[in-house]
Amino acid sequence: MPCYINGVEILDTYAEAFGMWGSRVIITAVNRKWAHEAAAKMTGFATSVIACRCEGGIEADLEQTPDGRPGVSVLLFAPTKDLLQHQLIDRIGQCVLTCATTACFNGLPSEEQMSVGGQLRFFGDTFQSSKLIDRRRYWRIPVMEGEFLVEDKFGVQRAVAGGNILILGSSATVALEAAELAVEAMRRTHGIILPFPGGIVRSGSKVGSRYKFLKASTNDPFCPSLRGLVSSSLPEEVNSVYEIVIDGLDIGAVEQATRVGIYAACIPGIRRIAAGNYGGNLGKFKIHLHKVLEEGTPA
Amino acid sequence: MTTLTLKLQPKAPLEGEAITPDNFLGKPAAAIAGLPAMHGNEPALLGDFFQVDGDGSEEIVLVGDLRRVKSIAAGMTRGTVIIQGDAGMHLGAGMRGGEIKVYGNAGDWTGAELAGGKIYIRGNAGHGLGGAYRGSRRGMNRGLIIVDGNAGNEVGAVMRRGVIAVAGNAGDFTGAFMIAGSLIVFGQMGIRAGAGLLRGSIVSLKPAELLPTYRYACTCRPDFLNLIYQKLKREGMSIPDGCATGAYKRYSGDFNRSGKGEILIYDQR
Repeated sequence: MPCYINGVEILDTYAEAFGMWGSRVIITAVNRKWAHEAAAKMTGFATSVIACRCEGGIEADLEQTPDGRPGVSVLLFAPTKDLLQHQLIDRIGQCVLTCATTACFNGLPSEEQMSVGGQLRFFGDTFQSSKLIDRRRYWRIPVMEGEFLVEDKFGVQRAVAGGNILILGSSATVALEAAELAVEAMRRTHGIILPFPGGIVRSGSKVGSRYKFLKASTNDPFCPSLRGLVSSSLPEEVNSVYEIVIDGLDIGAVEQATRVGIYAACIPGIRRIAAGNYGGNLGKFKIHLHKVLEEGTPA
Repeated sequence: MTTLTLKLQPKAPLEGEAITPDNFLGKPAAAIAGLPAMHGNEPALLGDFFQVDGDGSEEIVLVGDLRRVKSIAAGMTRGTVIIQGDAGMHLGAGMRGGEIKVYGNAGDWTGAELAGGKIYIRGNAGHGLGGAYRGSRRGMNRGLIIVDGNAGNEVGAVMRRGVIAVAGNAGDFTGAFMIAGSLIVFGQMGIRAGAGLLRGSIVSLKPAELLPTYRYACTCRPDFLNLIYQKLKREGMSIPDGCATGAYKRYSGDFNRSGKGEILIYDQR
């Protein structure tokens, strides 16, 4: 059955998503500006595991934090628990510990936990100390500014990465406008991040390349400039495509973000909404666009 | 809920260690009244002194002037004990879980060698709050004690873990020989606070005269205090304005030992 929202065709296809390990980090600071500074640095160069080893982003501004100060929550995803632990240690160590006035807490109550503050504490060179409050240990690491407070263990859980939608527009301007609206709507969903710049990808990739040394290369069927050269997936009137990639702590959150994103992106000038997949052979999760729309409302 | 109402004031101290949710759970009122309790050096029953009503649930309410009833809820591991009146010595000593609320004052050695759970005293507490008994290697080890009023000498002595918060004043030797943990006094501390402190934090909201074996380190805003203040707020304690965001003078000590402990004095400026 064809599906249309505001005259925009939603293709009967699916996004292929992958199993990952996810964690939530809460960063607090003297004000929101410094919390965001640390979060932005920590989630820098974390768009895709293809080259960044992890995917990350800012999930939300927080009204309630463990220490009562302004804070933000950050989600980080990696293919294995070990990789995730290393990324957490490296990124908190280099980007949060170093950032003025910040403190760092676990934001994921999970039975599976990994040592993060417990490794960073060694920066204290034996002068570190800890506090055990409500069965959670916090390390106090003396630094030149004063003291860095970081939680000992961070929760980790199985997660979903690589959910996506493709927005096919009649022009780059309208496609970007639709993508921005979709991102704005999707970011209200709890438990997801959009790891790419501004939440939007202009260079979706396919697996493999004509070059043997390359793991991923441009998604040529969706490149408007290659119409006529390759077997294009784009109708005549489409001149620009943006992708929005969604990583979430569970499949429900990714599906909800997909749903609200599709509804928000269906504006005049958008011709189609599609999704990226690899024939269903690589990913554990298939997020069927029609099914997602049938199962819920955009709110 | 099980209610014990004092019907006869003991002439000698009454050992109330049988009064715990662990002991009462599942027992009818008659069985609870038949639990043993030493009265001075003579064997007695709880029912000799208390009117027992209720069903043996995990919540116990004690009503009356219980200053001569010792060791109430000592060693309890779960449930709630609410005391409508004053409580005697050793209240909740060695408890490992659950919660005690006292709507009155508590005697000496309240929460001594506590290993878990919470004690909230709306009035004053005696000496040795959360402390170690003579000869013991450690006092309170985990858990939380809040006192809305004042506390006596040796609060948190040889404390190993946990949090003690006293809204009023604390006596002499506050936090003496503390091994670790956090002790916050919103009022005035007595003399020789932190004597022999190994590690851990003693926080005072009022100026304090410190031992010469403490050295001034810096004026700072330790973030961990926010965690503790948030926790105390959640427990219903009122936190004075400014102390969560204010500055503290940090003194390292006791240099008679490792010097790795700290006393934080709220900077009133």
